[in-house]
Amino acid sequence: MARYEYKPFPYRKPPELSGECGQRWPVLIVGAGPIGLSAAIDLALHGVRSVLFDDNNVVSRGSRAICWSKRTLEIFDRLGVGERMVKKGVTWKVGRLYHRDREVYTFDLLPEAGHKNPAFINLQQYYVEQYLVERCLEFPDLIDLRFMNKVTGVEQLADGVRADVETPDGPYRIEGEYLIACDGAKSTVRAMLGIEFKSHIFPEQFLITDVEMKADFPSERRFWFEPTFHNGQSALLHKQPDDIYRIDLQLTPNADPKEETRPEHVIPRIKAAIGNRPFEIDWVSLYTFQCGRIDRFVHGRVIFAGDSAHVVSPFGARGGNGGVQDVDNLVWKLAAVLAGTAPDALLESYDIERVHGADENIRNSSHSTNFMTPKNAFERVLRDEVLGLAETYPFARRLVNSGRLSVPASLASFALQSPDDPAMNGAMVPGSACSDAPVRDVSGQPGWLLDHLGGDFVVMSFGRPAPARQDVRPLVISSEPVAGVETLCDENGLVAQRYGGRDGAAYLIRPDQHVAARFAEPTGDKITGALARARAC
Amino acid sequence: MLKQLVTDWNLGNAGDDVYAALIEAHADLTEDQSRRLDLRMILLLANHIGDDAVILEALRRARKGLGSPASAPTQ
Repeated sequence: MARYEYKPFPYRKPPELSGECGQRWPVLIVGAGPIGLSAAIDLALHGVRSVLFDDNNVVSRGSRAICWSKRTLEIFDRLGVGERMVKKGVTWKVGRLYHRDREVYTFDLLPEAGHKNPAFINLQQYYVEQYLVERCLEFPDLIDLRFMNKVTGVEQLADGVRADVETPDGPYRIEGEYLIACDGAKSTVRAMLGIEFKSHIFPEQFLITDVEMKADFPSERRFWFEPTFHNGQSALLHKQPDDIYRIDLQLTPNADPKEETRPEHVIPRIKAAIGNRPFEIDWVSLYTFQCGRIDRFVHGRVIFAGDSAHVVSPFGARGGNGGVQDVDNLVWKLAAVLAGTAPDALLESYDIERVHGADENIRNSSHSTNFMTPKNAFERVLRDEVLGLAETYPFARRLVNSGRLSVPASLASFALQSPDDPAMNGAMVPGSACSDAPVRDVSGQPGWLLDHLGGDFVVMSFGRPAPARQDVRPLVISSEPVAGVETLCDENGLVAQRYGGRDGAAYLIRPDQHVAARFAEPTGDKITGALARARAC
Repeated sequence: MLKQLVTDWNLGNAGDDVYAALIEAHADLTEDQSRRLDLRMILLLANHIGDDAVILEALRRARKGLGSPASAPTQ
């Protein structure tokens, strides 16, 4: 199998340096990683132009973020790249935990059928970035990708933001209505604005390697506590596309980064982990844990998304996935504010909803990290006893923590969502990320519910259309086509089951596929009120 | 009817928070203090359970594999 070929993206002299009059952009985006690229695509889908700066011109080296969750794949579907990623990625849903050489626990992350996307795929970050860049190129009038453009200064204006940018052809200035900082854990935008990043750093180090080999290891997440092949530490193995395996090995806190990443130290460890088979090392890196965030994600006209706003330890797959959910939450709000259909206050809800999501991710990954890296004798004995009891007792298995894997954050009880209608039942309470289900369109084509939600506000009703409004898209779940309205047939009854869909009931669904309100007996006034609330109007 | 010792999961969504609270409570204690904390917890929880059959069953299972089996308490 050929190794991934890192092709540089073209650099073009910016128009500002070619004597053209610089224009003011609706949105400036700093950082062409998965988060910045997703933001540009989502903005383009809302018809909003953006310019995206990156100081580099190649996708990220090494696999880095590899586990993409079901919710992220649903968002990538909405952005038009999900199917390509699932096709290339390694699908998995089972996690297997070992203590020493014994298996203690197996979990299935998607025990339920009737969803388009799997619980997780493994796909190297370089593929994700490449696919997102290629999707950006499909919007030449809306997205201006500027590689080798390094943002060196950011200034807040009364009604916008100004950036200083350096290029191989010299520096220039550019203005935008808003700037989204997607420039990662070491965000320079954050530093330039003097925003404090509060984090807890864990002392343990992990050696992380991409290894190319032919092996028939199953598509499962395998985690070892105190494996016999890696004395007294933890180990994680993931299968990736192209016969690349990802191996993470815990090292002692005092391990020397330079020494540990030398081939003569890495090779024996890999051999011990995978047994005696031919392999080649594709990439080696070393990381330490950090969990933390900035106080607020919105600072005037500068908005932080992804690792620039929050970082977590990697074992719950909550970094990259959390960042994509930031974009999902932010972009429709920013587009509405720019279009003048919602007040600035709508952006406050991004701060509140995603700070909540980040805190959930930080709490979960801190717990996992504490379990994986006991700090003292008490913590070590406690963990050993949990692992020991887990071999016999089901309850103890649930205490074993090798990473609580990313699930969508609930937005229940936040201001944009209406109170639940007590006459409704089913798990899709306001604030929930919409559940998928198989459907059939009027021509008989099979498909998925989530492919028909999102992008705009949707009113999904059961059996008959809900009272109409100009600015929401109606969708009816019915076995008989309804004239003039998009109708979907509830193929296996799973839409009704998952949404408690009694006849006549309606859901108001946000552009990010979250339930804003639901009504057993919808009226025009109820829907209008819920929509105003969901737009912070 | 005799109550059974519950060994299936019974902590809802609170498992990781309970684990974190245990770690935090023991964080600054000496070994002796740590042991005292555990014993106080056991006595409080035993009283809360209020069923000697359940408590003895838990004790028997917890004792398994520690020291010689002959010294284990019997029901």
